[in-house]
Amino acid sequence: MHEFDWSSIPNALPFLWEGMKISLNITVSAVIFGIVWGTLLALMRLSPIKPLSWFAAGYVNLFRAIPLVMVLLWFFLIVPHLLESLFGFPRGSDMRLSSAIAGFALFEAAYYSEIIRAGIQSVPKGQMGAASALGMTYGQAMRLVVLPQAFRNMVPLLLTQGIILFQDTSLVYVSALADFFGAAYKVGDRDGRLVELLLFAGAVYFVICFTASRIVRHYQNKLKTA
Amino acid sequence: MGYNWNWGIFLQPTATGDDTYLGWMFYGFKMTIALSLSAWLIALALGAVVGVLRTVPNKWLSGLATAYVEIFRNIPLLVQLFLWYFVMPELLPEALGNAFKQTNPIMQQFVASMVCLALFTSARVAEQVRSGINSLPPGQKNAGLAMGFTLPQTYRYVMLPMAVRLIVPPLTSEFLNIFKNSAVCSTIGLLELAAQGRQLVDYTAQPYESFIAVTIAYLLINVVVMSGMRWVEEHVRVPGYLGGK
Repeated sequence: MHEFDWSSIPNALPFLWEGMKISLNITVSAVIFGIVWGTLLALMRLSPIKPLSWFAAGYVNLFRAIPLVMVLLWFFLIVPHLLESLFGFPRGSDMRLSSAIAGFALFEAAYYSEIIRAGIQSVPKGQMGAASALGMTYGQAMRLVVLPQAFRNMVPLLLTQGIILFQDTSLVYVSALADFFGAAYKVGDRDGRLVELLLFAGAVYFVICFTASRIVRHYQNKLKTA
Repeated sequence: MGYNWNWGIFLQPTATGDDTYLGWMFYGFKMTIALSLSAWLIALALGAVVGVLRTVPNKWLSGLATAYVEIFRNIPLLVQLFLWYFVMPELLPEALGNAFKQTNPIMQQFVASMVCLALFTSARVAEQVRSGINSLPPGQKNAGLAMGFTLPQTYRYVMLPMAVRLIVPPLTSEFLNIFKNSAVCSTIGLLELAAQGRQLVDYTAQPYESFIAVTIAYLLINVVVMSGMRWVEEHVRVPGYLGGK
C-alpha cells in the first residue's frame, strides 16, 4: 500500500496559485469572447440572409464534431507558425497563453451559440411582432426586446457551460502551459509525489466545480419561481 | 507562404520502416474506435444502473448514486485519467498494483483509458436515464404498482421500456462525446488518432497534412455515428410524443 506524504503541498501552494490564476484567466477570457462570438453566430444562424446562416451552421457543426484536444493542438502547433509567416511576428515568441484563449474561445463559441440560439427561439414570437408594431427595426427589436429576455433565461446554462470550460482548461496540459493542473503535475513529478498532488488537484477541482454548480442550481430555481 | 504541400507523405514508409504513415493513421483510428466502443458499452450498463438508482425511493441508494454522478461530473476528464493511470495502481493492494504495472504498457494505457472514459461517461448517461424516467407521467408508475407489480417489476416492464426509447436522442450526443473525449487519452501516451497526428508532425514535418487528415477522420466518425443513431432514433420513436410518428 502507498505511504502518503503530503508535505510537498504547503510549500508548493504559491506556485499552484499562479497556475490557478492562469486557469481562471483562460476561463474568464474564453467565456467572455465565447459568448460575444457565440451571440453573433446565433444571430447569423437565425438571420434571413442565407450565406450568413450557412456559414454559422458550418462553423458550429465543424467545431462540435472535432475533439477539443485537436483544436488545441491546431492552436499550439500550427496557428502560431501561420501567424509568424503571415504577419511577421518574431519567431518563437511565446504565444501559448493567447493561443489557448483563442482556441478555447473559438471552440466554446460553437457551444454557446447553440445555447443562445435556443434561448432566442424560446422568446415568444409576439414579442418580435409587438416590437415591429411599435416601429422598431429588426436590429432594435433584437437588441432591446428579444436578447435581454433570452439572456435572462439562458444565464444558468451559460454558467454551467462556463464550469465545463473551467474543467476543460486542464487540457492546456498538451502545450505544457502551467495552469493549475500543469503546476500540480510539475510539483508532483519534481518531488516524486505524483499520487498526492494528483489527488489534491482532483479534490480542488471537485470543490470548486461542485460549489459553483450548486450556486447555479440555486439561482436556476429562483429564476423558475420568479 | 512558402509551405510545401506534400500529400504523398502518407504513402511513404515511416522512419522506423515497418509501415507507411497512412498505416500509422489507420492504427490510431482503430485504437480510437476500439477504445470508444468498449468504454461506451460499459458506460451504458453502469449509467443505466446508476440512473435507475437515482430515482428509487430508498434514500441511501439514491444518495449514493447522486454522489457517484457528482464526483464524475465535477472533476476534469484529464485529471480523472491521470488518477486512473498514475494513482490507482499505487492505491491498489500491492500484488494487484504490481500485476497491473507488469502488463504490457499499451495494455495499461488502454485499460486505464477505457475505465476512465467509461466511468466519466456513465455519470452523464445516468443523468439522461434519470431525466428520462422522471419525464414519464407519474401515473405510469402508480398504475404499475396498482396492478400488483413489485417496484422492480414496474421498472422492468413499465417505466424502463418507455424511458429507454425517450432518451435515445440525448444519448446520441453522449455517444459522439465519447469519441471526442477519447482524444484526451493521447496525454498518457496511448497511440490513438490524435496522438498519431502529433507523431506524424514530429516525423514528417508536414503538420498541415497530418492535422487535416486527423481532423477529417474525426469528422468521418461523427458523420457515421450520427447517421447510425438517426436510424436507431427513427426505429424507437414513441408515437404521440414530440418528434414521434
